[in-house]
Amino acid sequence: MALSKEQIAQRIAKEVKDGYYVNLGIGIPTFVANFVRDDIEVEFQSENGILGMGPFPFEGEEDPDLINAGKQTITALPGASFFDSAMSFSMIRGQHVDLTILGAMEVAQNGNIANWKIPGKMVKGMGGAMDLVASAENIIVAMMHTNRAGESKLLKECSLPLTGVRCVTKIVTDLAVLDIRDNAFYLLERAPGVSVKEIQAATEGDLIISGEIPEMEL
Amino acid sequence: MIQKTVANAQEACEGIKDGMTLMLGGFGLSGIPENAISELVRRNIKEVTCISNNAGVDDFGLGLLLQKRQIRKMISSYVGENAEFERQMLSGELAVELIPQGTLAQRCQAAQSGTPAFYTPAGYGTEVAEGKETREFNGKMYVMERAFEADFAFVKAWKGDTAGNLIFKGTARNFNPNMCGAATITVAEVEQLVPAGELDPNQVHIPGIFVQRIFEGKNYEKRIEQLTVRNRN
Repeated sequence: MALSKEQIAQRIAKEVKDGYYVNLGIGIPTFVANFVRDDIEVEFQSENGILGMGPFPFEGEEDPDLINAGKQTITALPGASFFDSAMSFSMIRGQHVDLTILGAMEVAQNGNIANWKIPGKMVKGMGGAMDLVASAENIIVAMMHTNRAGESKLLKECSLPLTGVRCVTKIVTDLAVLDIRDNAFYLLERAPGVSVKEIQAATEGDLIISGEIPEMEL
Repeated sequence: MIQKTVANAQEACEGIKDGMTLMLGGFGLSGIPENAISELVRRNIKEVTCISNNAGVDDFGLGLLLQKRQIRKMISSYVGENAEFERQMLSGELAVELIPQGTLAQRCQAAQSGTPAFYTPAGYGTEVAEGKETREFNGKMYVMERAFEADFAFVKAWKGDTAGNLIFKGTARNFNPNMCGAATITVAEVEQLVPAGELDPNQVHIPGIFVQRIFEGKNYEKRIEQLTVRNRN
């Protein structure tokens, strides 16, 4: 069965390693924090100016001066720090953040990503996404394999305005875990109960399948 | 001591004219200069260009200026929270320049520090880079971005003193420090204004040299955009 959004986050959490500074995008990536193992030390960065972001506050303890990049009220953990936007992006462009997890509307087999604009329909802006994808060495895209119309989001070429070029190397969807290299999607893992055929049918770009593809462990 | 204290937002906005370019601090509704925005609405300043990460919500923040059609152009990174903004943009009434958030911050900082331009990888290969100079450094491509030029910067701090020194709180800091000194006149509004000497110089985030006018703001609403809480049990 295809994964829920929470399960996508759960699978991605396994990629988070001890000692990592991690930036989580809005949407599915936000859930990743809930599934990181208790026995490792990780700090979450939010680009509006906090390192050491904690969970949502208890009711009544919310502070309008303490929010994340999704404008949600949050808390600061012991050891947290606050900083201005320019310093925040020094962390990002200076490659001090170890892992970036963000959502996407489309990913192409050359690593291009589109996630900020649908011409004539939706224009919300790129926020920090262009800085993140242009700078990070280690990017995981978290998204559904197909859009609401059932069309593949893993394409030969992006059709929407790009957020970044040749930057995505790993994707976790509701159906599969894939790497991008040599201008193709490499199938690494299947969601439990999902067949390779189903993944092939939902992938418009070139999909490389070599050997037995294991089911992912959550 | 150089006199920077003004009585209120009305005095702080002295000299502001239609068509000017304004910087406004804040991220979402956190750390926005509420008093200055109210004064801009009251004065009905028109045709302004606003440099601000977001555009407020329909009935608060910069959304108040949008409602009265006071803004000609917005320069922002993310505007997803405001239906009136989206409507004016899609209908062509409002000019919009969307730029990467880190580029927005750095263009403020470049203006603050007298740096005319800089190179960033953000936006390379996208429509953001169209018409801009690009250059390769160490095998990677970068886009040249320029410092902003603005007439007024409106920032909000937690505490300030009569010398113009500022201290910010939590994530309400965001773009505010980067905009100080990035425009011809920087106006700081603070929740608490104290006499010079009362702030610990070790704790000052922005030195007073970057601030021309300072006042204690009134009636801060500090609206929360997305209230998210967890259960105590």
